[in-house]
Amino acid sequence: MGVFWVGVEIGSELQPAQFQVLGGKYQAPSIELGLSHSLRSELQSAQFQVLGVKLRWVLGLGVSIRMIQSFPEEALEHVLSFVDSHGDRNSVSLVCKTWYETDRWCRRRLFIGNCYAVSPPIVTRRFWDIRSLTIKGKPHFADYNLVPQGWGAHALPWIAAMGEAYPGLEELRLKRMVVSDEALELIGKCFRNFRVLVLCCCDGFSTDGLVSIAANCRNLRVLELIESEVDDIRGNWISHFPDCFTSLESLNISCLESDLPFAALERLVDRCPNLKSLRVNRSVPLEKLAILVRKAPQLTDLGTGLFMTDSRPELHTKLAGAFSRCNELKSLSGLWDVAPSYLPTLYSACPRLTSLNLSYAPIQSPDLVKLLSHCKNLQRLWVLDYIEDRGLEALASSCKDLQELRVFPSEPYDHEPNIALTEQGLVSVAVGCPKLQSVLYFCRRMSNHALVTIATSRPTLTRFRLCIIEPLCPDYVTQGPLDEGFGAIVEHCKDLKRLSMSGFITDRVFQLIGAHGKKLEMLSLAFAGNSDVGLHYVLSGCKNLKKLEIRDCPFGDRALLFNASKLETMRSLWMSSCQVSYGGCQVLGEKMPRLNVEVIHEKGLPESRSEQCLVEHLYVYRTVAGPRSDAPEFVWTMKDSPSMRCPPKEQLLP
Amino acid sequence: MDLKETELTLGLPGAGVKRGFMDTLDLLKSNRSRGTTKRIDDQEATSSPKPPAAKVQSVGWPPVRASRKNAMKSGAGCNFVKVAVDGAPYLRKVDLEMYGSYEELLKALEEMFSCYGSDYVPTYEDKDGDWMMVGDVPWKMFAETCKKIRLVKSCDVVGLGPKL
Repeated sequence: MGVFWVGVEIGSELQPAQFQVLGGKYQAPSIELGLSHSLRSELQSAQFQVLGVKLRWVLGLGVSIRMIQSFPEEALEHVLSFVDSHGDRNSVSLVCKTWYETDRWCRRRLFIGNCYAVSPPIVTRRFWDIRSLTIKGKPHFADYNLVPQGWGAHALPWIAAMGEAYPGLEELRLKRMVVSDEALELIGKCFRNFRVLVLCCCDGFSTDGLVSIAANCRNLRVLELIESEVDDIRGNWISHFPDCFTSLESLNISCLESDLPFAALERLVDRCPNLKSLRVNRSVPLEKLAILVRKAPQLTDLGTGLFMTDSRPELHTKLAGAFSRCNELKSLSGLWDVAPSYLPTLYSACPRLTSLNLSYAPIQSPDLVKLLSHCKNLQRLWVLDYIEDRGLEALASSCKDLQELRVFPSEPYDHEPNIALTEQGLVSVAVGCPKLQSVLYFCRRMSNHALVTIATSRPTLTRFRLCIIEPLCPDYVTQGPLDEGFGAIVEHCKDLKRLSMSGFITDRVFQLIGAHGKKLEMLSLAFAGNSDVGLHYVLSGCKNLKKLEIRDCPFGDRALLFNASKLETMRSLWMSSCQVSYGGCQVLGEKMPRLNVEVIHEKGLPESRSEQCLVEHLYVYRTVAGPRSDAPEFVWTMKDSPSMRCPPKEQLLP
Repeated sequence: MDLKETELTLGLPGAGVKRGFMDTLDLLKSNRSRGTTKRIDDQEATSSPKPPAAKVQSVGWPPVRASRKNAMKSGAGCNFVKVAVDGAPYLRKVDLEMYGSYEELLKALEEMFSCYGSDYVPTYEDKDGDWMMVGDVPWKMFAETCKKIRLVKSCDVVGLGPKL
């Protein structure tokens, strides 16, 4: 599907031809390519209109590399400019030297999935002019405190290098990186046309750093701080946006803790007519929210502050009125501490909502059901387990467009269930919502029967993350392992890309995953499996595996070393509290020079560092940048021969 | 604490083996179970051989982000503060809501950082940015105003208190 042949037939004259692109993700209906050409002459007047194509290198269909090379460069550049998916762009650059060179010159958007897989100099040497950069740092398990503070992923060296090489940089998106105030100040200083800053799950900066952004980025369109840890020194950084600053389109400061000076926020909203997305923090009270919403009826995405206050009829009316005028509002979030009496103010906006995040709202099931009954067009719902099975059943019958469901635990540390939410809720949604693709579900019991029902009802699932809160929790009906259930998920959901498992599962499930999980890209495991065989099944069977993260599983050296070369085809592997030995890590590091094998010992270096000593955390990732120079003293990178093992940076100093 | 109990051995599931809980010692030290400090003490007292599965919290389990833990309850819910120790390469976080008094907090800190010795003085940074000695103010006030905790080496403690 979606094949566009770039090239001409050898040895014949090409008539103006029509190439039809069938399906494919760029939805181009047809392309006319008018060329006349004979084998040895230059291509003349290659005029063509390209509406967006998916380029695919097709061999043996009368296409010649030589012909491709004599394609005018501008033509190739023009065609390539439509190829914007990162994966496709990378493939394009591998076709031949000319295409690699062209990509070097004209690539503008860059995605770096692991900041240590490359280095700033490698990037700046290769690409001529980057305008948009996305970098991811710490491994995913850092979100759950499994990666010690100080591990790395510093943004400053990247920003400094980009500042020198790409002063035209406009967009920076960082995830799980340590961003200092100095780094933020540098952004304000170096990039004249800076437009987009998104910091997701980052830390290391304070509101002082935000002052620099507000004061210096005159063309800023997007400022989004998503679940980042910000040292909240001053709330009035927002007052530093100059009065002439009007370009803001998206502002997300929901993770900030301190009070914002409301007047400054109100003035900002007032003077930015293109503001489409506004997510304030908890400190903004309900009566102030009403003012903001009234001033910005063009919003498509709103994150409220506190949604509660004492009962005031005139405020109720004001809010309801404000929401009724938001004809473009599609996405709603925030909603901390909701007073149920104020929920009806949202009813007029509900029918248009496609995305609703109630995961911070401790609303009980009956009120949730009432609210959701108005949201017939919902595609994404994030909610607390207060919704209970009955609420999910109601959801399944009223929201037939639902694509993504996330149910979070209200009391994750309680061992006893505190609400009536079981596996039944998820089954109702899986059975009732034909478009369901993505699930994140916390619950306290599960059965193979339920999982099989989910799998057979909803083979369209692409992301399935199930967290049964009690580790090693068996099938509550049979008391046996949940192998069969999870096996059914991978077997029936043929497009499954992401899977997180929990509960009591044995090596058998990994056999099934290795056999069926051919599209699986990310797998998360905890307290699972019996032996190395489990890990071996996964590494040897899952062809498309990119990220594997494991904690507290009895997997050790053997499976790892046997499948060492597999690790070079993946972005990363994380293993903590498993059975990997120091000796095993040494061997892996020696065997695989293009992997960084990081042994992370939180409590300082193991006393003996004997070969049998088990490592606490292991992080293995492919890299072309070699061992990193910024590793802290509790991280050791295994490399080459023992005598050359990379010492922590302290030892390099005289 | 019998270290042998923390050894991981492979075996069929259900054989009473602490599979997956290699670092029981670490779990008990990390003391993350809200309000279940008593339960852990009971377990140690009776030296029960049953796997700690149901009763002891593991670090990072269940997988809920810190931002979610902090934000979920209104007001008196969760109150995570960073704890730094002079000379330690890493930080830890504690939830002040889990403790009802200075004694409980200090005991937990002592357990958490015992490998660094006992020659430390607990200090904290309050809302105004001043570094104070832990214990100066009533517990409730401390829990509300504490932003960060730092265990300082006794010999380094000089002139702590609100800036004049």
